[in-house]
Amino acid sequence: MSEARSAILARLRAGLARPPRSEAEAAAEVARRLAEPRPGPIPARARVAGAERVALFTRMAESVGAEVRRLPEPSAIRAALLDFLRRHNLPAKIVRAADPLLDAAGLEAEPLLEIRTGVPEEPDPVGLTVALAGIAETGTLLLASAGARPTLLAFLPETSIVVLPTAAVFGSYEEAWAGLRGRPGFPPRSVNLVTGPSRTGDIPPSIELGAHGPRRLLVLLVDQAPAAEA
Amino acid sequence: MEPTSLTFRERAAAALEDPVLRTALRRLESGWQQGRARAAAALPEFEALRDAGVAIKDHVLAHLDLYLEIFERRFTEAGGVVHWARDAAEARAIALEICRKAGAKTVTKSKSMVAEEIGLNAFLEANGLRVVETDLGEYIVQLAGEVPSHLVGPAVHMTRERIAELFARHHGGPPKQESAELVAEARRILRERYLEAEVGITGANFLVAETGSIVTVTNEGNAELTQGLPRVHLVITGIEKVVPTVEDAFTLLRLLARSATGQEFSGYTTFLTGPARPDERDGPRKMHLILLDNGRSAMVGGPFREMLRCIRCGACMNHCPVYLAAGGHAYGWVYVGPMGSVLTPQFAGLERTWTLPTASTFCGRCQEVCPVRIPLPKLMRLWREEAHRRHLPPPVARYGLAAWAFLARRPALYRLATRLAIAGLGLLGRRRGRFSRLPLAAGWTASRDLPAPAGVTFHRLWKARRRNHA
Repeated sequence: MSEARSAILARLRAGLARPPRSEAEAAAEVARRLAEPRPGPIPARARVAGAERVALFTRMAESVGAEVRRLPEPSAIRAALLDFLRRHNLPAKIVRAADPLLDAAGLEAEPLLEIRTGVPEEPDPVGLTVALAGIAETGTLLLASAGARPTLLAFLPETSIVVLPTAAVFGSYEEAWAGLRGRPGFPPRSVNLVTGPSRTGDIPPSIELGAHGPRRLLVLLVDQAPAAEA
Repeated sequence: MEPTSLTFRERAAAALEDPVLRTALRRLESGWQQGRARAAAALPEFEALRDAGVAIKDHVLAHLDLYLEIFERRFTEAGGVVHWARDAAEARAIALEICRKAGAKTVTKSKSMVAEEIGLNAFLEANGLRVVETDLGEYIVQLAGEVPSHLVGPAVHMTRERIAELFARHHGGPPKQESAELVAEARRILRERYLEAEVGITGANFLVAETGSIVTVTNEGNAELTQGLPRVHLVITGIEKVVPTVEDAFTLLRLLARSATGQEFSGYTTFLTGPARPDERDGPRKMHLILLDNGRSAMVGGPFREMLRCIRCGACMNHCPVYLAAGGHAYGWVYVGPMGSVLTPQFAGLERTWTLPTASTFCGRCQEVCPVRIPLPKLMRLWREEAHRRHLPPPVARYGLAAWAFLARRPALYRLATRLAIAGLGLLGRRRGRFSRLPLAAGWTASRDLPAPAGVTFHRLWKARRRNHA
């Protein structure tokens, strides 16, 4: 153990000056707090269910500049994708995560699409991945890294497309996180909470999109889809 | 970085004459100040969240040694390496060593105030590394050779014209006019740097003891590219940033963006736990973390402990009449506004910065809007007392204050002195009813007349009234 480490900890202990008999008590309190994580005040807004919850997610995500489309089943992803790319005049070239939900979309059968699975590289124009959860409270997506789901898919390309099973829309951040606990490999190396496309206010007077991350964010809410694997 | 805080008065006076800065600071009032008010009003639980935030931070600070040990253990279990640094020099040396071991030539950086605090860029550059800031505001400030003037918006003092000029000079090509063009140009240039860099340096908004995770918050997504593309990710942060659980982080995150910019949530909030796992083909291969003390552990045991609750949102400066008049550069060091006036004397020494805690009207707005209710006016007052004890302010101010205190503590003498002064002034100003010049009051009379007093003190009027009503 380093000299700096022991010096800093010693100074902290001297400053805190807990009496020796309460030392065990303090350690027990810390252990208790970590063993049973307690949520703070959850906004009433987040305590919605069913259709209302999906509507709130959609409204909040749209309010920060994301585009949200509701689809009945994975087979509808292909048409929605092509339509989006056409409307924004984007090249039909996609890098995607190796996820069963995206496999089910049958994108490789589409002759108009150039599609690759794996890690995006500059200048790949479009990244396609799946979210583990949506958070209605602020229209936020919860993405988690895995071998099959490179984090960069949602950050490097100029356009980010994220597929989210409608059943995985939660009210609050805490509920979405609770869904991760207990999965194998928890916590994932990288959990990204994404709320709208990349933005900056550093050059006045306007807010500009696409500062470093995606300029556009399309969320495809798919009804009859199983939740993504950890 | 050497503080130049002793020249606050001169710099503030110059700032008041700067029309560009006036426009920029007015933008803060209409933008982030009103944004915070709207966001707080839109969330009925906002005050309850503030109380919960205070409770989390107070609990952590009372058990900081224990939480740091647990965080260290979990972070290490996840595959990261923790380095402890007592002061700025130690932290800089560790950072350089990590960059050297990584064979780094280019280092990208996502905005970190702790890195500013220890003067990391200048040190790495002096040792032959190319350091590139990626937060757009921070990048602009770096191109200009300046320091940040605001905690959240480092370049809030700049106009678009000035930024266009800087970009044209450093990037070449014809100058751009529109914000969108400028943002696109910075994106293109910085893409190359991200891909070249061998080490990416970020700060951390929170450290989570439960999971050993670090949390970063940005709107641009620059932290994710800074740590996600190079082989090595170096995190540098202060020891006070640890929170117990992910739930605790969420409580503070609900306060952070709303207090800072009025957003409901920032664009990107990322929880990182260790370097890339064996089956992953992206992410850093190595993850290092420098835990910086630099005076913080001493604050835990002293009267400034509450300052360590700070989550660096910038609300105090967005609402401070002194900051909004003087701008960030007048403060002369890394941390500005009310939070800077408390932190800077701690980190840079009171001798060279005692002017900062006096740069306050004590209106109390900073405390009113602070998401974790830091009693900033009280803490600034503590520094003032300390400065007075150490005889740092000029003798005139100290003797003046001592004379006033002598009177104020002796009510009979005080009443007599004020009675004489008011009666004298009333007599002198009887004819004109005002003074255009008065000894010791040039600060007032330089720009306006002082109305002549009525000749009777408030005390006596009050007494007379009470008698009449009795």
